[in-house]
Amino acid sequence: MSATTSTIVNLPDQRTATMPKRDYLNNEHGLLSWLFTGDHKRIAILYLISITFFFFLGGIFAGLIRLELLTPQPDLVASDTYNKLFSLHGIIMIFLFLVPSVPATLGNFLIPIMIGAKDLAFPKINLLSWYLFMAGGVLTLTALVTGGVDTGWTFTTPLSTHYLNTNVVTAATGIFIAGFASIFTGLNFIVTIHRMRAPGMTWFRMPLFVWANYAASILMVLGTPVLAISLVLVALERTLGLGVFDPTKGGDPLLFQHLFWFYSHPAVYIMILPGMGVISEVISTFSRKRIFGYTAVAFSSVAIALFGFFVWEHHMFIMGVSNYSALVFSLLTMLVAVPSAIKIFNWAFTLQKGSITFETPMLYAFAFIGLFTIGGMTGVFLGALGMDIHLTETYFIVAHFHYVMVGGMLMAFLGGIHFWWPKMFGRMYPESLSKLSAVTSFIGFNLTFMPQFVLGYLGMPRRYHAYPPEFQVLNVLSTAGATVLGVGFLLPVLYLGWSLKYGAIAGNNPWQATGLEWQIQSPPLTENFTEIPIVTQDAYDYEWLANKTEHEVTTVG
Amino acid sequence: MHISPVLWQFLVKWLHASALFPSEASTIAPYTDALYFFLLLITLIGVVLVGALVFGFSIRYRAARNPVATQVEGSTLLEATWTIIPLALFLVTFVWGALLYFRIYTPPTNSMNIYIVGKQWMWKAEHPGGQHEINALHVPIGRPVQLTMSSQDVFHSFSIPDFRVKREVIPGRYSTVWFEATDAGTYHLFCTQYCGTAHSAMIGDIVAMSPEDYESWTKQSTSGMSLAQNGERLFASMGCNSCHSGNAAARGPNLAGVYGSKLQLANGSQVLVNDAYLRDAILNPSQHVTAGYAPIMPTYQGQVSEDGLIDLVEYIKTLDNNYRVQQTLTTSQSDKVAPTTPGMVKP
Repeated sequence: MSATTSTIVNLPDQRTATMPKRDYLNNEHGLLSWLFTGDHKRIAILYLISITFFFFLGGIFAGLIRLELLTPQPDLVASDTYNKLFSLHGIIMIFLFLVPSVPATLGNFLIPIMIGAKDLAFPKINLLSWYLFMAGGVLTLTALVTGGVDTGWTFTTPLSTHYLNTNVVTAATGIFIAGFASIFTGLNFIVTIHRMRAPGMTWFRMPLFVWANYAASILMVLGTPVLAISLVLVALERTLGLGVFDPTKGGDPLLFQHLFWFYSHPAVYIMILPGMGVISEVISTFSRKRIFGYTAVAFSSVAIALFGFFVWEHHMFIMGVSNYSALVFSLLTMLVAVPSAIKIFNWAFTLQKGSITFETPMLYAFAFIGLFTIGGMTGVFLGALGMDIHLTETYFIVAHFHYVMVGGMLMAFLGGIHFWWPKMFGRMYPESLSKLSAVTSFIGFNLTFMPQFVLGYLGMPRRYHAYPPEFQVLNVLSTAGATVLGVGFLLPVLYLGWSLKYGAIAGNNPWQATGLEWQIQSPPLTENFTEIPIVTQDAYDYEWLANKTEHEVTTVG
Repeated sequence: MHISPVLWQFLVKWLHASALFPSEASTIAPYTDALYFFLLLITLIGVVLVGALVFGFSIRYRAARNPVATQVEGSTLLEATWTIIPLALFLVTFVWGALLYFRIYTPPTNSMNIYIVGKQWMWKAEHPGGQHEINALHVPIGRPVQLTMSSQDVFHSFSIPDFRVKREVIPGRYSTVWFEATDAGTYHLFCTQYCGTAHSAMIGDIVAMSPEDYESWTKQSTSGMSLAQNGERLFASMGCNSCHSGNAAARGPNLAGVYGSKLQLANGSQVLVNDAYLRDAILNPSQHVTAGYAPIMPTYQGQVSEDGLIDLVEYIKTLDNNYRVQQTLTTSQSDKVAPTTPGMVKP
């Protein structure tokens, strides 16, 4: 019980500690026990392995893009190849990594445990969702190995329907199928959170991670079908010449963008909200303090989900939409920025009067706050109508969404993986090496994407294979940063893999955190709880935890 | 732009000289940059504030110094503060951005018009005086220029970073943008909407010239036929004037003076006749029937190129009285060739 003042890590005595005899990892053996599992924790691990694969695949494409952009001339690959690289980078990173990242791994693993349930409401649908995701992934890989696809991740018509000879239909089908994985996951979460909370687990006792995933689930369930519709229409137009988006047949090419962004803007919040949930858990734990303004943070997630549906046209301000509709969408975009600001300040004030320690997840959370603040503020630039004219379709927008998606979401994902790693596998990751990789990622990230803001204001268009020579210095900086960033992302794979066997045994609650997941053994039993807990305390109630620990010590002693 | 002009010039010049900032070469650029610097400022303040809070609290309340946390529920006052202040700042940004947007997308009435056609992977510019350019655009400084743009195939986007203007170029539709160049020079033209294989080669030069230089360039580069003249021939050769003859008994409405007028349509609506309307009325006539006429005009979809449409629109714009219509009619009905500039080959 003797935590030093510089760390809260509280591990069992390593000489006597043992891993639990029975847990979800070892109660069944063999590949089939994994492929036919209904256990939300095992499905989470399946997802974790799959999305890690897709992340590094997408990362390789990013590396090649940055390598090509080292010089102004188009010299490393052909233009068509370059176009395929950024298309596949976007498609894989967004649909096969970012969208499922936190919800399908950490969410799948943790949501039932956090609310005191033994599994999700529909375990078999949960497994089906992983199979759909893999089917979508395999189709996308098929498109990749049979020649690639070069539509960009946005599938803009009429380019995608009439002018390209690549595997558009295959890739679109892949995303269509993977979309159902997302819908099923969202549905499963919504039903689980509504119906399966333990006695006493009221809505306002739920951890904020659950709130954030709940908000994201609503977006998944309501938004993804629209993406599916627009992709089906693209496929039909390509194969049957339907003409919905074809102006020569009386169609409207802008309609596609309305449909596409109706999903793809909320998709940004599908990606970022669960990440925000992770940050709430981490900040509270390492400050030993309940989240400042719990209800404000919870409702801001819901507000983001709600407003997020009504801002899609801000991707189209320069596309000849009505000036007055642009006004409305710009105003709504400004409104959606407010709940994000609320969250940032609530996290900052959670630190006040806390007792703060700086373990790796906390470093990732700090990185998230800094990078997401920049990403969010630059979003305000793009939401301001007149400013958007100059900035849209340039590297400014590329930098902006990487600050949100990589600086925000990926940092949150990595923070969450480190935070719950001991719970998932029962062993600690190496602390100093992981701190090094967090700092490396942070530095590499800023070096990669900060110059891109400057490039964007200078006017360098995105998706350019070649660029005017005066932009080279900033591009070289960016490529150098990408190299550092690559190291920062590779390190965790190595040491986390190592820790599975050699990491220190974590015990139930190495962080002394309050969530229900920390009150059970690590790794958990297949059924999570031997008896369903009765919840009497709020989320982040550290006094309750202290009392409980004291009580346990006295009864055992 | 309410800071000292000297300071402003210094700031902009210094940034530009360090290759971190585009030059300000249009009347719009200073307005865009003013909003940009405002946004940079509030971003900087926001980041410094959040940074100060996070680092300040981390130092002050680190576990070594503050071993026991004090639980705090929250504070409605603080919540209100950080809801209202960002909201106010964002609303100011919204209004400022909206004013700028309307400035950039509302061309002055006295602007000269140039047509742009985008296609994979080149930019064609068509000046009313009959100058045709590929991947280049010559414009005079000190005069507002409006671009009426359309795409022959996919979405493109016409971007001149040094002027801070950009507009999507859309298949099957006219979009417009305007600027007034302030400094003579050559500036980048980029296609910023991904448009296929050679997207990054769909670039060009915007050449802004002094009015005198522009005048002499115009004289040297003309093809000899203005767009309206080309349009007149097309109008005659396609037989448009068999219906649009300007006679009271004609089957089609008289086109004299129609440009810029308010037209009553058969479906009861009223439209302002502009370039976009004329273009649409040629391609989809059945949806644009003038009140009092039968819907007999066939579609010209696929029969006229984007360039041909521009010519026709320019021609119809010049029809300011019935006499011009009659002239075309007479010319087309005579068996002599239409009057051409000497040395020109009939298209």
